[in-house]
Amino acid sequence: MAKVFNDSVMSLPGTDSALTFRRGALDWEATYGIWRRDLKKFFREKSRLWGGIARPILWLIILGSSLKPAISSSSLGSTGIDYTHYIFPGVIALTLIFTSIQSAISIIWDREFGFLKEVMVAPVPRLSILLGKALGGATQATIQGIITLAFAPLIGLWLNPLVLLGLLGTMFVIAFALTALGIVISSAMTSFEGFGVISNFVVMPMYFLSGAIYPTESAPFWIKPLIYINPLTYGVDALRQVTIGVGVHDFWFDMGVLAVFAVVVLAIALPLFNRE
Amino acid sequence: MLEQNNAPNPALPTPVQPVSSPIIEVAHLVKRYGPLTAVDNISFEVHEGEIFGFLGPNGAGKSTTIKTLCTLVKPSEGQVKVAGFDIMGQSDAVRQQIGIIFQDPTLDSGLTAVENLEFHCMMYHVPRPERSDRIKYVLDLMDLDAHKDRLVKTYSGGMRRRLEIARGLLHRPRILFLDEPTVGLDPQTRNYIWQYVRRLREIHKTTIFMTTHYMDEAEHCDRIAIIDHGVIVALDTPAALKRMVGEDQLELTTSDNTLAARIIEDYYKLSATERDDRLTLQVAEADRFVPALLGELPRLASNLVVNTLQIRKPTLEDVFLKLTGRLIREEDEGKKDERRLNLRKRRRL
Repeated sequence: MAKVFNDSVMSLPGTDSALTFRRGALDWEATYGIWRRDLKKFFREKSRLWGGIARPILWLIILGSSLKPAISSSSLGSTGIDYTHYIFPGVIALTLIFTSIQSAISIIWDREFGFLKEVMVAPVPRLSILLGKALGGATQATIQGIITLAFAPLIGLWLNPLVLLGLLGTMFVIAFALTALGIVISSAMTSFEGFGVISNFVVMPMYFLSGAIYPTESAPFWIKPLIYINPLTYGVDALRQVTIGVGVHDFWFDMGVLAVFAVVVLAIALPLFNRE
Repeated sequence: MLEQNNAPNPALPTPVQPVSSPIIEVAHLVKRYGPLTAVDNISFEVHEGEIFGFLGPNGAGKSTTIKTLCTLVKPSEGQVKVAGFDIMGQSDAVRQQIGIIFQDPTLDSGLTAVENLEFHCMMYHVPRPERSDRIKYVLDLMDLDAHKDRLVKTYSGGMRRRLEIARGLLHRPRILFLDEPTVGLDPQTRNYIWQYVRRLREIHKTTIFMTTHYMDEAEHCDRIAIIDHGVIVALDTPAALKRMVGEDQLELTTSDNTLAARIIEDYYKLSATERDDRLTLQVAEADRFVPALLGELPRLASNLVVNTLQIRKPTLEDVFLKLTGRLIREEDEGKKDERRLNLRKRRRL
């Protein structure tokens, strides 16, 4: 206990951060800090990486190969399309939505274990915190998406480097929008009790209504509105255009819808997140 | 002003002379949660360099007050200035000036100690070139340097608390808020935490604002506000508060109680009552009275021998009992926790 403390470290004159730091509307260093922490934890949790490998095997190899003989390519809206190729963008979308929502759920986790308080008492704009979370979730989901891409050659889908680059950007935009959605949900939730509800009533319906594993053009009229308000519909459409060149909307229209969705959703999340 | 007639008790921290400018100013603070009034019109000031304590039972409004001062909870009414900034309009400026150690852990147990500290540096914009020095310094100060690269989930409760204090110091706060800093820790660890807190005050002149429901801990404070049902019922130095409930009680047995009683009455002008072979008397400060008495007795009556002597000093528990009519720990533990949980759920933080 008998230590001599040199207080020069803690009392250097004139360098007090409170006096020299000029705060803007956004605090990018805080955003970076939150992003970096989320990624550190992502790479430490090996189980999540394994989930990223198991999902494509299950959906692409097992489901895709089994359904392939039963589904004619003409029912997919275009002739000469292999069913496994058709659902490949859908499997990427599945990976993105799962990882994005899961990473946004960490807000509830952080609240439960107290860490969120450390963030909330810091002199940091709330929007910068949410941006850090959204960018962190988007990055994690994109990494998982890249793992899924590694399965493309197994179903005989060869993607050239330019397509891969395009996919990277597309995946990131989709993942950002989905993480933003996850942030709204976890800002509104107060405990883990609602977790199962989310995965059953948000993630799965969004997935089935997105056109990821079957075309939704021939869906009954009363389901159509749900398809149109589903952001993942546009995500899957964009991914499908980049990977196999088939799609319903214009690619940039899809991207625009996702961007607007992300902004709107973050605007809703902000007051929810900021509650006492 | 309160201690001027007494020599400071060496067992207690040296009282800090109040400086002219208060670092915390609270005026008519009210906080309601729906129909519940958690804090009911309180006003007080804390001076720079002071160790100021909020003492009261669970649910008395301690945590709500500390959260309001830390800008986490918006007051329903009243004015609060911390380090010269208004907690409502200038909350970011306040946050940069304060360090907070919450009652519940707020560390990321999936990160190492150093990673937790680095995160904090980024949130508070500690100048980049100083970061590694400051991290090393606070780890040294809290004796955690040997464990700095371990994941926090492997830490003991006391180590976690020390790490939280270390983290709270990184941005060089002028005020450190400690909400029940030693709750759930064993007595030895509690003592250590107190040593660290005192060291902080000595080295950095940091103002400490703390809440506690441990009476013995409140003794470490320069001044204490006793809070009950959201109201400050008393605010003073621990010594002055204890004087409120009465004087020290002295019990002694001597070879001749009647003679002793007469001497005490004649010479010291104190009334001593004799009962069951023992003399009981009230004195202002037994610590000073007893040596004087024992020194002078042989001169006054050479054949008088003091056989036993016992001092009972009033405790803060007595103060609380007198002010509220209850003991601080009287409430049923289970009920208390339940209420606390409900309150916390409502606050969501």
